[in-house]
Formats: sequence, structure tokens, C-alpha cells
Amino acid sequence: MSQDKSVLLKIKNLRIEGYSDEKWIEIVHGVDLTLHRGEVMGLIGESGAGKSTIGLAAMGFTRDGCRISEGSSIEFDGMELTTTPASDLQSLRGARIAYVAQSAAASFNPAHKLIDQHTEAPVQYRIKKRLESQEDAMELYERLRLPNPREIGFRYPHQVSGGQLQRAMTAMAMACRPDLIIFDEPTTALDVTTQIEVLSAIRDIVDQFNTAAIYITHDLAVVAQMADVIKVLLKGDEVEEADTRTMLENPKDDYTKSLWAVRDFKRDQKPRPTEGLPLISVKNVDASYGDTPVLHDVSFDIFEGMTVAVVGESGSGKSTTARCITGLLPPTSGEVLFKGQPLPPDYRNRTKDQLRQAQMIYQMADTALNPKVKICDIIGRPAQFYSGLHGPELKSRVDELLDLIELDPSQYYNRYPPELSGGQKQRIGIARSLAADPTFIICDEVTSALDQLVAEGILRLLDKLQNELNLSYMFITHDLATVRSIADEVVVMQYGKVVEQGPKDEMFKPPHHEYTDLLLSSVPEMDPDWLTTLLEERGVDDIGEAARASKQED
Amino acid sequence: MGDILSIIAKRLGLGLITLLVISIIIFFAVELLPGDIAQAVLGQGATEDNLAALRAELGLDRAAPVRYFEWLGNAVTGDFGNSLVSKTSVTEAISARFGNTLFLATYAAVIAVPVAILLGVLVALFRNSVFDRVANVVTLTSISSPEFFLGYILILFLAVKTGMFPAIAKIDDDMTLFDKLNRTFLPALTMVLVVVAHMMRMTRASIINLLSSPYVEMARLKGVPAWKVIVKHTLPNAWAPVINVVALNLAYLITGVVLVEVVAVTKRDFPVVQACCLIFAATFILLNLAADVGSILTNPRLRHPK
Repeated sequence: MSQDKSVLLKIKNLRIEGYSDEKWIEIVHGVDLTLHRGEVMGLIGESGAGKSTIGLAAMGFTRDGCRISEGSSIEFDGMELTTTPASDLQSLRGARIAYVAQSAAASFNPAHKLIDQHTEAPVQYRIKKRLESQEDAMELYERLRLPNPREIGFRYPHQVSGGQLQRAMTAMAMACRPDLIIFDEPTTALDVTTQIEVLSAIRDIVDQFNTAAIYITHDLAVVAQMADVIKVLLKGDEVEEADTRTMLENPKDDYTKSLWAVRDFKRDQKPRPTEGLPLISVKNVDASYGDTPVLHDVSFDIFEGMTVAVVGESGSGKSTTARCITGLLPPTSGEVLFKGQPLPPDYRNRTKDQLRQAQMIYQMADTALNPKVKICDIIGRPAQFYSGLHGPELKSRVDELLDLIELDPSQYYNRYPPELSGGQKQRIGIARSLAADPTFIICDEVTSALDQLVAEGILRLLDKLQNELNLSYMFITHDLATVRSIADEVVVMQYGKVVEQGPKDEMFKPPHHEYTDLLLSSVPEMDPDWLTTLLEERGVDDIGEAARASKQED
Repeated sequence: MGDILSIIAKRLGLGLITLLVISIIIFFAVELLPGDIAQAVLGQGATEDNLAALRAELGLDRAAPVRYFEWLGNAVTGDFGNSLVSKTSVTEAISARFGNTLFLATYAAVIAVPVAILLGVLVALFRNSVFDRVANVVTLTSISSPEFFLGYILILFLAVKTGMFPAIAKIDDDMTLFDKLNRTFLPALTMVLVVVAHMMRMTRASIINLLSSPYVEMARLKGVPAWKVIVKHTLPNAWAPVINVVALNLAYLITGVVLVEVVAVTKRDFPVVQACCLIFAATFILLNLAADVGSILTNPRLRHPK
């Protein structure tokens, strides 16, 4: 089939300013971009690189507090968006350029049914009648492999799972058959297994309607599957652009090379100590939320100085297990042993020393740190509480902790969390857990909210601390790349049960448990053919192919 | 739906318990006042003998809990005893006034609530414009002025100078509804001016609060016009706080209008004080209950469980 490959979007010298501290600061510094019809361009970079800002600007949209500078040009299909009146831009966004947001759960209005939100734009711009558009929605749902496609649209967003919502949002973006779709990190919030479904759905539907797309992500392996062309951004500047294969095989710029190298961090697997009791031993633990049982007979051991990764999709019971260990959720049966001694199930009955031994680091450093409290107090509080330090002793302890997490005490001692970057906040979270002088730390998805480069820094730091302080980690994650780099042992959970566990090297070698295999094979790889090969292996028929066939029948 | 009915039933039960607790507080708070009713009634003419006689007549010589249950039992059937001052039935005296209060409050609410919400939506839509500022200044001025002052101003301009509405708002049962509405327009308008600002500002605030949410950005990026973003995408999610403020203001309309209780307290007319307190407490509880139910009904997660 010959498809129109003419230029659709031409951005020239795009400069965008943001308003902060009572002045305008340039955040995108003259980026050029050319996109042809049917082409998918991947925009990658760390947070703050200006990916989303550029993506939105391609729709002629800026967030509140941002503006496009004079001299920028955004030409969409012959129309100059920087000078187009607001009302025309509005109808353009409804009909010809669509947007798929990162979190579908937050981007669907909770007050309306999915299908009503789907039909909104087509009806508003008289592209389709309501019933026609509803029929089309159901067809799209079916192509995107949503269960019960004729019925699912009549549910409210909270009645549908995250992966399904993300596909419904892709369907919604297709409602007017736009020429261009901006995908803004559409799979970042999803599990690997769900991510595959959404990725293949997006790829097929874009392919099938010859829709051009800008695919924004910080995940290189994902962009390798999706994009024809990749553009790398850093702090609002273009680093380089090339077609996907060239970029993967032969990155030119040092920054791009460093991005590629992130996945290289790997430390050697440590064996279990030959003697002695495990530090933490979870024995036959069952737990429930109210009347709903969530954990079934969970057992595993964590030895001193080792890292045990607990992996599984969301809802598999990883965090609940952590809550049982810390005593936040007393198990309904079974027990947790610390050096062979049973811990009281409820944290309120534990001694200060027992509490001190097990600390936590959380996923969202943003919300886990009180924004109104100084760094020295955030770290100083547990040091004071557990070790009874005061005055100069406390100060030197906090300084020591800041040194440990590689932040200069003289610079950070008196600052507040909002003044720090995401990676620095997570370091403060680590320091706070270390302040109690624990032997065991639960790391709950500590790197999943961070960019790859920053995340790697955190992993290296955790590894260094483990060596220096002989810490044991329970590492909760759904990211198998992280597991590969730092774990000694792996516990795989599904539906509240442990389905497989063992030393990492064995776990990453076949034969696997069926579910482990599914998880492992779902982790995107840098090979641009990975997704295609995987779908073929899994025997998934090509959705695009089937749809094209059905179209010809019409 | 079964869930919602059970939630409502639970709230209703809790409301009744709250009312019971309040009735205890009211009764015993009155008991705690220095001196007793008999002393208050007899005043300077009190001697040991006639105090004892009056206490016996009023039943004050019995234990407080006994009198409480008697009072509560009667109150449930609508009998609040006799006024100590006028010797007439409290229920009769209150019901006429309470009827008038309800009439005036309903009148004011029917105007104030829609006006406040409409204004709230409009100022949210044209936020930070001249219209927004003017609406804010006017409503804030009216809420900041004492009611009697507002009343006089309205009488001066709408009754005395232009003669559009009557200055005296006395109504009786023979009047037609239109006549009543016309007569009571000025007091109703005074009440409207007092309560509109609060509700309008809450509507504005809770809408603007939602404007930065991802689903509103999504609606904008779908090309949904600005007014529709407000009415269709934010208002349905903004109801809960608005409903609560509406309920609070309705309660104020009902309980804040009447001045009789001040008189009753100074005259130590305890049966009247107790009856008024109980009725006002019931009003507050009922309106808050309605607000709770309203918030639940506007929450799609509760209306459509998984």
C-alpha cells in the first residue's frame, strides 16, 4: 500500500519560556523538528529535558506559566500554529491532533463514562454523530483488544484497570482519526506485562491509519520498539537525531552514549552465608485487608548483607509483604522472625530496638518528605529518636549521614525538600532510613519514579552503602533491569503468592516458572525488532493485519 | 445502590444519636445556670414558702434525670411545655414563628443558591478578569456588613426612595402567595446578600482547584470549549465542598434569622430556650446529613461501585 509520506509537522527554532521567580526563563532553546505523515518520532531525555513541553507545543498548547517565544515557528500541515487564533487551535486539537497522557487514570474524568468522553470531540466538531462515534469507539476498543468491547465503554474510569484505561485513551485519541498523536509517556505507569499490550496496540493502530506520532519517553528500550526516528534532548536542547537503528548502533554524542550505557551497571551476585540464621525470615504469612485475603502462605528468607528483590505486577502483594514485615499490617497467620526471634505482629508492640532494625525507603520521595521541614531535621529526627543524640553530637551524625549519601553537608544541611531534585530527595530518603542505624532496609520501588541516569546513581549508592554498613535490602520492584543489576536473590510474586524464588543467576536462566517467564520476556530490550519477535513467538496475530483485512471486506 | 441506602441509613442513625446527646447537653446546661427557674420567676418576691410551692408546681423538686426523660418524652410528641413568662404553650408560640422563619429562609435560599452557583461558575470561567474582581468585591462587601445595616440600606433605596417594595414585612395567612413574597422580598434579599458570597467563593475555589488536574488538561487538549470544560469537566467533580457550604448557609438562614432566643434567655424562659436549641440542633443535623448524602451521590466512585 503506498502511503502519503509528505511533511506534516515542521517546527523551527522553537523557544519556550517558563515563568518562575518573577521572571521568564527559557526552558527550550531553539529546537527544530520535522515529522512526515505516518512517521513515529521518539523524543527521549531525562526529566527537565523539555520533551513534554515540545510535545504540547506541537499542538499549539503551552501549560500555564509557559509561553512560546517570538521567532518560533510551528507549521502543521501548512498552518502556522503560533499565529493561529485560539478558537481555530481548539478545533484543530479536537479534530486533527490528539494527545495521550501518561496517567490515563488521572486523565479520564471520573464523573463521566469512558464512551461519553470518547465521543465528546467528534460530536463537538460534527465529525460524527453520537451513535456513529459510539459504534466507532466499540470498534476501536475491539481492535485494541479490550475485553467486552461493546460494553466496556459504558463503565466509569474507576471501574476499569490501568492498562485498559491506557488503551481506551489511545482509542479516544483515534476518535477523530487525527493526523498526529502526541504520546506522552503512555506506558511509564504500567507493569511490563501490561506495557506490552499497550505498546503493540499503539503500534498497530498508528500503522494502520498512517497516523504520525511523537512518542515521548525516558525508556530507551520502549522507544526502540516504537519509533522510526529518535531525537535525544537534554535540558531543552537537541543532542542528536537519527533513525532508530543508526541511533542504537552508533550513537554519536557522549550524552547519548551515557544513556545507552546505563543498563551496564551490574554487581556480582553474593552467595548466602554458609552459617547463621537469616536476618529476616518470613514464615507462612497470610494477610488480608478487611475481609479480602491478599497474601497466601508467603515464605522467604533474607540473609545478612544480601539483597533480595521481590518482583511482580502491581497487586501481587509485594508492598503488603513489606507492611507485614514492618508490623504495619499484622498477618492473620504465620510470623516474621528477626535473627530467629519472632517479632510481635503489630509494630506498636515492638521494642524501640526492634523498630530501629527495619527501616523503609519509599517510591515517591516527593510525598515521603515533609516539604516544610529542613533536611537536617528530617534526618536528625530518627537519629535523635533511636540513638538519643543531641546538640553537637546530633549535628555531626547528620553531617556524617549527608556525607554517606554524597551530598555536601555545608550546602544541604539547612535546605528544604522542594529545593532539591528528584534524585537528591531520594538520597535524603535513604539518609533518613540510615539515621536509625538499621541492619535491614525495605526499598519500595525506590527508583521507578526516577530517570535512568539518576536511578543508576541511586542503585550505585545503595550498593556502596551495603558494602560499607553490611546492610540487607528487600528490594520491591517491577523493573527487572534493576533486579538484574543489584539483586542476589529473587522472589517472584503473583496474586499474593510466591511463585518462584532462588539466586538471581538461576532465576534469569531457564527453565522458569510460567509467570516468571512472562515477566522476564516482557522487559523491553534495546533491539528494535524485539517487540515484533516477541509477539510472533507468543503467537499473537498481528492486530493491524486483521483489521486491514476486515476493512477490505467492507 | 444498596450500598448508598445503607450509608444513608447509617448516617441517619448517627444523626439521631447526635441529637440525643445534644438534648442531654441542652437540658443539663440549663440546669447548670445559677439559681433555678422558680427563683428566676419569683425574682425579688421570693420567700422560702412560695419558692417551695412553685418548685412543687413545676415539678422541680424531682431528680433531674427524671425530669429529663419526661421532657424528652414530651418533646418527641411535639410538646415543649409552657412558657414561664406568658404561661402559653411553647410549641404554639414557636411553631408560628418557626413557620415564618422557614418561609423566609426558603425564599432566600431559592434565590441565593442558584445565583451563588451560577456566579461561582461565571467567575471561575472569567477568573482574574474585571468581572471576577467586581463580583468578589460586591459579595464580600455584602457579607461583611451587618444584616441590619444591609436591611436599612435596602429599605432606604428600594422602599423609601423608589417605593418598589414595602418596607414592613408583616404577613398573615390570608394573603396570597404573591403578596407574601412581595411583602417579604426585602428581608429575603438581605439574607440572600449575606449568604451568596460564601457559596459563590466556594464554588469558584473548588472549580479552580480542579483546573490544574490532568483530566481538565486532557479536555482542553481534546478541543473542548472553555465553558464546557468548566460545566462538564470540573463542576461535576466540584460538588462535594459546594454542597457542604450550601448546607451550612441554609442552616444559618434558618437559625440565624430569629432573635427570640436572646429575649428568652434573658428572661430565663427555659422551656422556650430548650425548645429552640433542640429545633436548631435538629436543623443543623438534618442539613449536614443532607449535605453528606449529597456529596456521596455526586461521587461516581460511590454511585457506581466496581
